[in-house]
Amino acid sequence: MSVLVGNNTRLIIQGITGTEGSFHGSQIKEYGTNLVGGVTPRKGGQEALGVPVFNSVQEAKAETDCNTSVIFVPPAFAAGAVIEAVEAGLELVICITEGIPAADMVKVNHKIKDLPTRLVGPNCPGVISPGKAKVGIMPGFIHEPGIIGVVSRSGTLTYEAVHQLVAAGLGQSTSVGIGGDPIIGTTFIDMLSLFADDDETEGIVMIGEIGGTAEEEAAQWVIDNNLQKPIVAFIAGQTAPPGRRMGHAGAIIAGGKGTAAEKVTSLEAAGIHVVKSPADIGKAMAEATNTK
Amino acid sequence: MKIHEYQAKELFRQNNVSVPEGAVAFSLEEALTAYDRLNVKTAVVKAQIHAGGRGKGGGVKLAHSRDEVKTHAEEILGMNLVTHQTGPSGKEVQRLLIESGVDIARECYAGIVLDRAEKQFVFMVSTEGGVEIEKVAAETPEKIIKEWIDPEKGLTEDQARNLAIALEMTGTQIDSAVEIFLAVWKVFIEHDCSLLEINPLVVTGDDNVMALDAKMNFDDNGLFRHKELLDYKDESEEDAAELEASKYQLNYIKLDGNVGCMVNGAGLAMGTMDIIKLYGGEPANFLDVGGVANAETVANGFRIILSDPNVKSILINIFGGIVRCDRVAQGVIDAMDTVNVSIPVVVRLEGTNAKQAAELLENSSLEFLVATSLADAAEKAVSAVTGGGL
Repeated sequence: MSVLVGNNTRLIIQGITGTEGSFHGSQIKEYGTNLVGGVTPRKGGQEALGVPVFNSVQEAKAETDCNTSVIFVPPAFAAGAVIEAVEAGLELVICITEGIPAADMVKVNHKIKDLPTRLVGPNCPGVISPGKAKVGIMPGFIHEPGIIGVVSRSGTLTYEAVHQLVAAGLGQSTSVGIGGDPIIGTTFIDMLSLFADDDETEGIVMIGEIGGTAEEEAAQWVIDNNLQKPIVAFIAGQTAPPGRRMGHAGAIIAGGKGTAAEKVTSLEAAGIHVVKSPADIGKAMAEATNTK
Repeated sequence: MKIHEYQAKELFRQNNVSVPEGAVAFSLEEALTAYDRLNVKTAVVKAQIHAGGRGKGGGVKLAHSRDEVKTHAEEILGMNLVTHQTGPSGKEVQRLLIESGVDIARECYAGIVLDRAEKQFVFMVSTEGGVEIEKVAAETPEKIIKEWIDPEKGLTEDQARNLAIALEMTGTQIDSAVEIFLAVWKVFIEHDCSLLEINPLVVTGDDNVMALDAKMNFDDNGLFRHKELLDYKDESEEDAAELEASKYQLNYIKLDGNVGCMVNGAGLAMGTMDIIKLYGGEPANFLDVGGVANAETVANGFRIILSDPNVKSILINIFGGIVRCDRVAQGVIDAMDTVNVSIPVVVRLEGTNAKQAAELLENSSLEFLVATSLADAAEKAVSAVTGGGL
């Protein structure tokens, strides 16, 4: 099994007629993902990428029985798009959009916290279960099906890790970019929990970065739940200066909190193998899965 | 985006948050005019720079006469103010805030920040005002009282009252504080702030509560709906190269090292800085060229990196996903034609069309050091600087 996306995915694209939506949508479809429709307000009735376009997610759900949505709409409208998909009752909503105001995401998370829909992102590359479904903007061809679960706050650094895994002979069950914003839906803990319960996943790569305390919380979760699958982690931003936002809205050491050193200490205390160099991720995972 | 104290106080005043009377001054004459208009004996002369810790650095002075205002204004205006937030190089003071002196009975702290773990904004107060709040948080965390804000309800009157009581306020002080807290929350949420701090929030001799200082940062992602705030931007507070980079949609942050780097994606850019350090070098910058790494982007990246005279080698690390490596390689070759690059350039391209890219670079007449992996790239870029052979 993979997690989040796979053979049962029935995907719609919110913003399918936009530049980003149609460009990445065509690659999503080409990968073999089961794309069943798209949504663009006031463009219902048209066709895009060979699937029907609807005015609303609710309409798309009624007509296509979709269970997953990927969002490519501009920042000003993205929060509304997430809420629309959640209210329509989809199981999974993946928001790629970068640049959504934090206050909007506070509202979104408040609204959805007691509802069954899972949100991944925003400001993330999406989710891929190699060979089954690609729901995001990552290059599909670098991935191979396999036994490693990957969870990361980054985009291209995740591709780098996947590339190293494949070079080391390891494929991926599912690779998830949870996003670089301060307020995100799915967290490291959510993904560790899913990977822990997934029979196919035998090892986990976790890529964190400076800012916030999500990595520390994940480390505590690993201890509390006695997670036995080997985990290799890398924390980006060991050389980042405090008080500066390093590209990602969430990557900032603020008030002395969120340093790489603190995160590494917490992760190591949980028995997680933290590599100092981002070039050692694949090698370390190969060693960990061979010797477990 | 950061703004100055006097600008934040302007927003406070417009939204009924009580602040002392005052005016900004760009020159000595303006400072004296501002003092005359205040029509008070005691005034405060405050340096306006974006960094905190101004008082300790000598940028805030009390004046009891017009002559003293003149002395302090002369001294502070144009001074190089060094605080724990400016770094050792300091910041030149170009603006002053001339403000009425306030009869202070007690100093507290109030602030609003985003609590990432709780996914909510949190209103914090402390009786320990006028000192570094990070220190209070680290040493006596029980002295910081918090109220998390429900995004649908906003800060409630009950919560505001709880905060006032936590600050040991009594009688009419409580009403005054509640009014301020509710108004401050409104300013915060209506302007998409990412941080708001009042340190100190004071209780005056006549039992009023007042914001003696004001710090406001805005969420860059929210600025599109607050165009009016862009007028507050003070470009002289920003690094010239960083400002230049932002005009090309490049995300650049200058650091102190000598290995320049150009990377696609923020996480990989940080990872590249880290591996440079691991191989014994020091990164000269963070530079995320984003999703488009064409000749123009690369050329602009080169110019910005080379504007830093410390840079002795450049590492280009691109993981091509949607971006095709052969196009990036062509971009690098074209850019080297237009920009005079006289230091070693190490190129590492991986991902989509990496092979074609390698051929393009090998066949080019230009001098590149082509790296085959991330580790190889870091090693080559660092040894090019340290002279450890290639």
